[in-house]
Amino acid sequence: MELTGADIFVRCLEEEGVEYVFGYPGGAVLYLYDALFRQDAVKHILARHEQGAAHAADGYARATGRPGVVLVTSGPGVTNAVTGIATAYMDSIPLVVFSGQVPTHLIGNDAFQEVDSVGVTRPCVKHNFLVKDVKDLALTIKKAFYIATTGRPGPVVVDIPKDVTARKAVFRYPGTISMRSYNPVVRGHSGQIRKAVDLMLRAKRPILYTGGGVILGEGSGALTELTRLLGFPITNTLMGLGAYPATDRQFVGMLGMHGTYEANMAMHNCDVLIAVGARFDDRVTGNIEKFCPHARVIHIDIDPASISKNVKVDIPIVGSVDAVLREMIKVVGESDRRADPGALTEWWKQIDEWRSMDCLKYDRQSDVIKPQYVLECLYRLTAGDAYVTSDVGQHQMWTAQFYKFDRPRRWINSGGLGTMGFGLPAAMGVQLAFPDETVVCVTSEASVQMCIQELATCRQYGLPIKVVNLSNRYMGMVRQWQEFFYQGRYAMSYMEALPDFVRLAESYGHAGMHIERPEDVEGALREALKVRDKAVFLDFATDQAENVYPMIPAGAGQNEMILV
Amino acid sequence: MRHIISILLENEAGALSHVAGLFSARGYNIESLTVAPTEDPSLSRMTLVTSGSDDIIEQIIKQLNKLVDTVRLIDLTEGPHIEREMLLVKVRAEGGGTREEIKRVADIFRGRIIDVTDTTYTIELTGAWGKLDAFLDTLHRPLILEVVRSGVSGISRGEKVLQA
Repeated sequence: MELTGADIFVRCLEEEGVEYVFGYPGGAVLYLYDALFRQDAVKHILARHEQGAAHAADGYARATGRPGVVLVTSGPGVTNAVTGIATAYMDSIPLVVFSGQVPTHLIGNDAFQEVDSVGVTRPCVKHNFLVKDVKDLALTIKKAFYIATTGRPGPVVVDIPKDVTARKAVFRYPGTISMRSYNPVVRGHSGQIRKAVDLMLRAKRPILYTGGGVILGEGSGALTELTRLLGFPITNTLMGLGAYPATDRQFVGMLGMHGTYEANMAMHNCDVLIAVGARFDDRVTGNIEKFCPHARVIHIDIDPASISKNVKVDIPIVGSVDAVLREMIKVVGESDRRADPGALTEWWKQIDEWRSMDCLKYDRQSDVIKPQYVLECLYRLTAGDAYVTSDVGQHQMWTAQFYKFDRPRRWINSGGLGTMGFGLPAAMGVQLAFPDETVVCVTSEASVQMCIQELATCRQYGLPIKVVNLSNRYMGMVRQWQEFFYQGRYAMSYMEALPDFVRLAESYGHAGMHIERPEDVEGALREALKVRDKAVFLDFATDQAENVYPMIPAGAGQNEMILV
Repeated sequence: MRHIISILLENEAGALSHVAGLFSARGYNIESLTVAPTEDPSLSRMTLVTSGSDDIIEQIIKQLNKLVDTVRLIDLTEGPHIEREMLLVKVRAEGGGTREEIKRVADIFRGRIIDVTDTTYTIELTGAWGKLDAFLDTLHRPLILEVVRSGVSGISRGEKVLQA
């Protein structure tokens, strides 16, 4: 039977098992919206800005592991979504973004709401398509989901001209697909795995350094098993938090610019570095010349282009993290060799000494609210079991330091692109996926205003998100850098003319609370966590001068941290 | 070092721009780039000349391989290979002596004069990149009116083939 392009679009989403489409209508996507209107298998969530739609789909994808789906119109619809697409791209999040396009006969004509969507998005997608013929639509959508979700995941844009959505073709959705030009690797090379295990078992001062790839590749279980089997210390990147239980003794905390002293010192002094699903980002390595000077490096990654990109690797293993780690567990089990217990005891003694520096300490006696205290309270009251999204800046680093994630996919933040405005819409995607779970968005007065309009979306769909606003009336991280490196000249980083967040939240139909005294923090959080029928905006007036410690200043090595 | 990378690409709209975009986004340099369909119309063959340290070339090859439209690629400079480029050059050719001299130089380089007027010659020359440079260096600079180079094409020697 012949269907219109718009109906084919909806049927494809159904075939893919899509639960939610996050979007915003417009002229070029009217047929698509009409087709969505005439069915109820796929639910549409109306964001209030296309950036919000893309972040919401992204949050949904990060929390569930399933692809997030976005639908936007041509021109400004696409350009507004670009920040969300780039955010997903930098963190390798599977999104399929459908954009309307002007009718094929008008393409290139500078038509109303026309933009070269494929051109605009090219640098920040895994792949993109312009569908010129309705006969190609179903296959293209199949390819888009396949590419977005396999290998190293990422966003895929499918640009569909309006006339293609109106024309008819026979609908047939391919069950499976193979592409000669795209064959992601799955299993790692067994010889390399053996070599790596041999090196690991001969190490005197080993450390596992693991990233977001472990979460994306569902390798958390295998990672935990292998780490415990080996007895090695393990550190996670910002994106990798939750892949290994943060409350476990072998976990030495996050590494990098605002990582713990013990994690960074252990990295600097290790003799064997086992990198898993991590990409040696500049915020992790500090000065690359000084990075892990004594280490032989093993790197497991699904993306060959990530290997030896920044740091020369001794034993590369290309493959899916889970499969490689499972094979390693097997090889370790079969090996006669065991990690040197004497050397490991020495190594742990040294690490515990670094640990005893207590690098995350802060003033607990303060009579203004310390942001760290709010996060410690939040952690305690949610028993470490909430889904926590964040925006970008100081509050993001404090959350990463103080909320101890024991499970993957609970910590949702924009690591690579560092997108302010991400937290609130991302929390919407998470809450829709898990309506009964506690979802908290930790943010600040600067970040939250970048997508504040999404409070309306929260209202429309009854999303009981807890917004923890750590308001220091500054763009805190910018202010911190200005204090440290620009002689305290706080150029344009003071947040003036702030709204009354309590009344703002109330005007959207939510609850608002303003908290100024440390002794009120716990009570406010307790009360907020009970609310199930609307969002709660907790506006904490926090210490304006608080800085994120420890810190590796730009250009320094991992052993050159600034401590409190 | 200079490398010649040969790529089989899906012959689809946008494939070329993905390659070009990759080079500009990551700051790699392209010395020349040629692309045309192959005997299989669903495939294009691209020859790309670039230069960089071993690390950069390794990244370029990995990043090219990562493009969804890339079917296969080979770094021709890693093995014995043949490279060819075509040059069209229009020169001022006036006065018996000059015309004779240009004709002689073109012959030495096995070039062919493919268009003649009473004031100009247009010469076609095929060869490796260095040979074309040498020919241009030999011509008296002020006589050169226009230079068109096709960019390098290349192929491996012997049994080795690049196929989908």
